Amino acid sequence: MQAAEAGAVEKQQGTLSSLGTRASLSPAAVAGLIVLAIAVALIVTQGLRPFGQTTVNGLISASYFALGAVGLTLVYGTLKLVNFAHGDLLTLGAYVAFVANVSLGLPILVAVLCSVAAVAAFGVATERAMWRPMRAKGAGLLQLLIMTLGLAFVIRYTIQLFAGTQPRSLEVDITSSTSVIGLTIGQTQLIVVVVGFGVLLAVGAMLRLTSLGKQMRALSDNFELAEVAGINTDRVVLATWIFAAGLAGLAGVLYTSAIGNMTPNLGFFLLLSLFAAVILGGIGNAYGALAGGVLLGLTQEWSTLLIDARWKLAVGFLVLILVLVVRPQGLFGRQARTL
Amino acid sequence: MTPLAISLDVFGSLDFWIGVGLLAATYGIFTLGLQLNVGYTGVINFGQAGFMAIGAYAMAILVVEAEISFWLALPLSILVAMAAGLIIGLPSLRLRADYFAIVTIAFAEIIRYTAVNARELTGGSQGIGGFDGAFLDLSDAMLEVLDGVGLGDQFLLPLLIVAVAVFGLLTVGMYFLQRSPWGRVLRAIREDEDAARALGKNAFAYKLQSISIAAALGAVAGWFLALNLAFISPTQFDPLFTFLGYAVLILGGLANYFGVILGAIILWTLLEGLRLMDLPLDASQTAALRYVLVGLVLIGLMAFRPQGMLGKRQEMVLGD
Repeated sequence: MQAAEAGAVEKQQGTLSSLGTRASLSPAAVAGLIVLAIAVALIVTQGLRPFGQTTVNGLISASYFALGAVGLTLVYGTLKLVNFAHGDLLTLGAYVAFVANVSLGLPILVAVLCSVAAVAAFGVATERAMWRPMRAKGAGLLQLLIMTLGLAFVIRYTIQLFAGTQPRSLEVDITSSTSVIGLTIGQTQLIVVVVGFGVLLAVGAMLRLTSLGKQMRALSDNFELAEVAGINTDRVVLATWIFAAGLAGLAGVLYTSAIGNMTPNLGFFLLLSLFAAVILGGIGNAYGALAGGVLLGLTQEWSTLLIDARWKLAVGFLVLILVLVVRPQGLFGRQARTL
Repeated sequence: MTPLAISLDVFGSLDFWIGVGLLAATYGIFTLGLQLNVGYTGVINFGQAGFMAIGAYAMAILVVEAEISFWLALPLSILVAMAAGLIIGLPSLRLRADYFAIVTIAFAEIIRYTAVNARELTGGSQGIGGFDGAFLDLSDAMLEVLDGVGLGDQFLLPLLIVAVAVFGLLTVGMYFLQRSPWGRVLRAIREDEDAARALGKNAFAYKLQSISIAAALGAVAGWFLALNLAFISPTQFDPLFTFLGYAVLILGGLANYFGVILGAIILWTLLEGLRLMDLPLDASQTAALRYVLVGLVLIGLMAFRPQGMLGKRQEMVLGD
């Protein structure tokens, strides 16, 4: 009986491995094919122009989703910290830009740089003042999670204390629009997409090509092993925070430029979409976050072709739940890490 | 010119304390569910506001749209909430604690989002009112009795009495539930799920039951919220309130149902006191200040006294 069972197991394994060699498509490739299929189906049923227009809108959303998601996933990957305050870093970025651009009258480009620098500095400050001491104390998952919640409250409502709840706007052109290959896009929104994707590519290149990028990915993959391999983890953790927070600040400015205004709630409002992008791509995987952000942006906007636009956000949440239920490790994650 | 004219008059008024009592009882019941999930089962439920919304909206819709008796709508709304708990728990409880937290918050937001957008059913942002007729009859009867002690003009007092009684009963009930064999298995699952499963306990089933009971408790809290305002709308079910529940939970201490009572009273006295004190700030700024304080309390507690007031230090261990 045991021999028969062993034989059956071997046979099963044999079948599985032959399946592996015959049809080894990575999950990312499968996802790409599905997206292509959906795109074709939508073009055929809804028409090329509506599809094109929603794709343009999707790319706008993708810019800030992806940049926000990269930071969230890097911090999770290196520090195993699910940062519920990440969304509020975007809010902080938007409001710092407002102070620089509107209150101090600085040109928008300078304001953006101020924003990125300020939020990056803030991120480093929280690492030094909060997360490092808590890690040293051996704080558990729940403790850290609740601290991020507390921090989220503090950031969001301090902003509200000083700036109030009424929507504010940066001094950017939110009315004029241009035409790109026959599709309309706001001028500022076009800049958002260009800047967003440009930075995305730069981040991707940095992660892949520079030694710091490789070290960040190594830490994200396996912290202890990276330490054993001689990587200066303190330095890399700092660099991770600078990147994560800085990109979050930029994402906040891009979001408020694309939407046209900001309120203190903007970050929390985006947070679930950012989680969706991160988990879709595979938590801890930076490329995954970039891909997840793009996919999420496109999916949300394409959904407006089929259902009423007011349900757009719910689509994001549903994607999140679907991914967690069907494939929690996301597109780029490996089986072992996540369950 | 008085430099910082803060008026503390508000603490002397009976109206204020009735209001605090109602909020403390409502969110106390809400947090009993969180305590069961987090403190005793080791499951991080960030979607409790969603269950509260389901309880409140189910009751309101059944009474107003389906014209079912209020007293029948109450248990029905509990069933709906528990069903929602099952629906969200079945596919998600096998996930890790932090992923489950994210799923629950997504679920709560979907509920709130649906409440805003499914206007024909839920009244959209305008909300629903007019479901409390039957309760008002009871309330009037109680007010007549209270008139005898000179309190007949305290309109919310009957609701307070009912809410406090229910809160007290539920707290005691949860305490005894925890001391039962079922409660012990729950504790075992929290401490070391693998060990519990090795002993043949179906951890998944227990966690599912935990979520369902928490959903029921959230629904009951939803009734009191609805009756307090005589009106429900989506903004009352913002995730903010789940996190306020966590503030109550942490303040009182994990794994202690009586701590929830203490935490609820302290937090809501603080919040309502700040809201009604005469501060030199406008309304949205006062609201902001209150929540900044809640955030600081959460951070401070986690950093310096994670066990809260009545919890034990070792209870903060949550399997990583």
